[in-house]
Amino acid sequence: MMKIAKKYLTWIIPLLFLAGCSLGVLDSKGQVGKEEGALIITATLLMLIVVIPAIVMTFVFAWKYRENNEKSTYAPDWAHSVKIESFVWGVPFLIILILAIITWRSTHQLDPYKPLDSDVEPIVIEVVALDWKWLFIYPKYGIATVNHIEMPINVPIAFKITSDAPMNSFFIPRLGGQIYAMSGMQTQLHLIANEKGTFRGLSANISGQGFSDMTFTATATSDKDFKDWVNSVRQSQLRLDKVQYNKLSNKSENHPIQYFSYVEPRLFEAVIEKYMMPGKQDADRKFIIRQD
Amino acid sequence: MLGKLTWDSVPWDNGIVMGAVSFMAAVVIILALIVTRYGKWRYLWNEWFTTIDHKKIGIMYILVGFVMMLRGFSDAIMMRSQLAIAASAPGYLPPEHYDQVFTAHGVIMIFFVAMPLVIGLINIVVPQQIGARDVAFPFMNSLSFWLFVVGMALVNMSLAIGDFARTGWLAYPPLSGIANSPGVGVDYYIWSLQIAGIGTLMTGINFFVTIMKMRCPGMTLMRMPIFTWTALCTNILIIAAFPVLTVTLALLTLDRYLGFHFFTATAGGDQMMYVNLIWIWGHPEVYILILPAFGVFSEVVPTFSRKKLFGYTSMVYATGVITILSFSVWLHHFFTMGSGANVNAFFGIATMVIAIPTGVKIFNWLFTIYRGRLQISLPIMWTLAFLSTFTIGGMTGVLLSVPGADFLLHNSLFLIAHFHNVIIGGVVFGMFAGYSYWFPKSFGFMLDEKWGKRGFWLWVIGFYLAFMPLYALGFMGMTRRLNHYDIDTGWQPLLMVAMAGAVSIFLGIVCQIIQLYVSIRDRDLNRDLTGDPWNARTLEWSTSSPPALYNFPFTPVVDGIDAFWAEKQKNPVRPKETRPYVDIHMPRNTGAGFIMSAFALFFGFAMIWHIWWLACVGVLGILFTFIHRSFETDVDYYIPAAEIEATEKLRSYNV
Repeated sequence: MMKIAKKYLTWIIPLLFLAGCSLGVLDSKGQVGKEEGALIITATLLMLIVVIPAIVMTFVFAWKYRENNEKSTYAPDWAHSVKIESFVWGVPFLIILILAIITWRSTHQLDPYKPLDSDVEPIVIEVVALDWKWLFIYPKYGIATVNHIEMPINVPIAFKITSDAPMNSFFIPRLGGQIYAMSGMQTQLHLIANEKGTFRGLSANISGQGFSDMTFTATATSDKDFKDWVNSVRQSQLRLDKVQYNKLSNKSENHPIQYFSYVEPRLFEAVIEKYMMPGKQDADRKFIIRQD
Repeated sequence: MLGKLTWDSVPWDNGIVMGAVSFMAAVVIILALIVTRYGKWRYLWNEWFTTIDHKKIGIMYILVGFVMMLRGFSDAIMMRSQLAIAASAPGYLPPEHYDQVFTAHGVIMIFFVAMPLVIGLINIVVPQQIGARDVAFPFMNSLSFWLFVVGMALVNMSLAIGDFARTGWLAYPPLSGIANSPGVGVDYYIWSLQIAGIGTLMTGINFFVTIMKMRCPGMTLMRMPIFTWTALCTNILIIAAFPVLTVTLALLTLDRYLGFHFFTATAGGDQMMYVNLIWIWGHPEVYILILPAFGVFSEVVPTFSRKKLFGYTSMVYATGVITILSFSVWLHHFFTMGSGANVNAFFGIATMVIAIPTGVKIFNWLFTIYRGRLQISLPIMWTLAFLSTFTIGGMTGVLLSVPGADFLLHNSLFLIAHFHNVIIGGVVFGMFAGYSYWFPKSFGFMLDEKWGKRGFWLWVIGFYLAFMPLYALGFMGMTRRLNHYDIDTGWQPLLMVAMAGAVSIFLGIVCQIIQLYVSIRDRDLNRDLTGDPWNARTLEWSTSSPPALYNFPFTPVVDGIDAFWAEKQKNPVRPKETRPYVDIHMPRNTGAGFIMSAFALFFGFAMIWHIWWLACVGVLGILFTFIHRSFETDVDYYIPAAEIEATEKLRSYNV
């Protein structure tokens, strides 16, 4: 019953609301997003058990007990019933109990910090939110990009996230949930793409003037195409050391996609550490670079 | 001499802002001219600015709330129209202006619309419901109100002089820190909320003491009307939550003004601390708003169903449970900040537990209608709209409390739809129900039903048109506070529907203004001569409409719930008053609250613009006025029995 209703609703809800539009978060292209989407449907169905009767009762009671309906019972002093009151406490309690169990399990299962179950070794991507663009570092390949992620399908991606700007939220709606990017600390997110495609990525937390254009593309592709892409990035003329990073971290809006064939080792860690150790950054939060 | 204030602080070249400022200035000047023309300044000062009468203070709160609703709504319709056209286009509001608009919208709607409507209603109703003649601290009540007005004035001044915060309504650092927001916008935010917040805290203390100490004989806690119960819980929440806001804003002030590092990213500051603190206030805040709305429905439903409230005890316990739990859920506003699964799951489950007492309340209202005789009138129409709408908002709220689901929906338009669903569908509908329910009590004549119903339908239809598309847009991956978007996202059609909804709500507001005008114009046709136009159940309806200054000529004595209803059952015809009148002890009006607040306005403005000498003047002025007031001995008087007898003889039900 639940299964049929679920199948039915996964089609009906989007059709009803989004006729003709892209389906967004309920039509996920990755395992994590799929599970989160399924959780939304399950929780909604569970709550509809109470919500639908409550709404129907509102209209039925208002109609049945309208002032001029002399046929309905009138009991002006009837104000207590153990049976009804145990019911109105009991049914919501039971539903919340079930939902709480689902919540406990799903929260642990979908913990963004938890590596995904997979035989394939994950690819680590280090994410730095800047004013107002995203820097992605592939430490294993020694390359970096701005505002573009390329990833092979069916390979878990381990994102390590920080910010060198106000708080942002790293979010690829078609692949799964988001996590905040905060300066001086690292957050983590594990996602996987199971289908090829190019997906919109964005910051979901206001970070100032250029925030609306702080978008990026995330392309999921085959293993071979990914390797080709890595090689093409390695041909780029641009290199990212601390001097270049200082320039990149200047405020900019609508920043174009950029590829860097070289990234200074441990740049991501250095971006976090410069907030924590005195003498690592100047008043403008730029790396202090010693010429020695 | 003038700190950071210069001629260029006024945005002369911004047509939209200057248009709004000129309009507001014109309204103020015209009002001032009218008052001068009819020589009413003295009347305003004596009867309103210096009043300590809880009924008049309540009316002023609600008036300010409705006026500010127009301002907040203007912001809303600007955002909706911007997003309806900004598909792969810049629209007409650039980010530096648009970001101020959405920040001002949030701040105004919560602090300067919802709060004054709720506190105004509490002011008008609670003392009358508990059979009291005023609040426990009448002077403090007047001070609370005028401090709130100062906060409101500062927010409006930011439009003309300088700018407002561009950070979103909770001003998370580091964005709100001095490095990322060097202007005065965040300072306007800080000082307007700080000053208004102190006023709110004093209101909380005032009504807590009033309800605990000033109930009439016989009114035990478990005989209090549910509205008074919810007011009690709300004021407990205010006392517990608002100091957190005060401290959080004070720490942000130290960061911005004196180079401290509580919340900066550098030098050991912790931005996550701010997010925690602000929500430790922020989550109880939404219950501060919704509980009195629940209270209104608990009064309206039994009155219009001609039936006792179903499950009074359940209602009281449900309210208490919500009050306590509201402090254990704040983390659900940032599941995405990277807490572990145990922490997220705990706060998720704690949040959904609140759905149980809330569900109980919904069912208790429904079972109050069950086997009743439902008279359809404006207050009950708003209640029925609430029952169906709020249930949907509650459901989406529980959905958001599941961390796994929240990861996809956090900061999306789904969230925006959810909280408008509960705040409009709950608080606003509740305040409209309360407004139409208690209006005749406060003014002695009824509100026009025809225009009220037109406004009702336009509001309800407008609400669904404006916010249901936002749920869908959230599923389509649209996040909040975007200034423009790519047309390929396919969001534009739904944003246009939402725009149409906003227009419908606008027409609803127009109808409500016409309703007020028509009601005042036809007041002589719609007088409430009985004091009890709805055949209601609680003590406030036992007096005349409007009640005398002293509310009750004799302190009522009650022996059960719905005391006035029981009285009416016993004596269907109001018996002639035979008891001898006695002198009534009343507090005297005072201008101290107004004057202290005027100095607080100087102080706030001076702090925002770094005009240190004026800030000193402000502080000294407040202190001096307060000390002066403390040495005042002539603060009360007796209304002689003869005068009371004469007043009561004129009461329509005694004629």
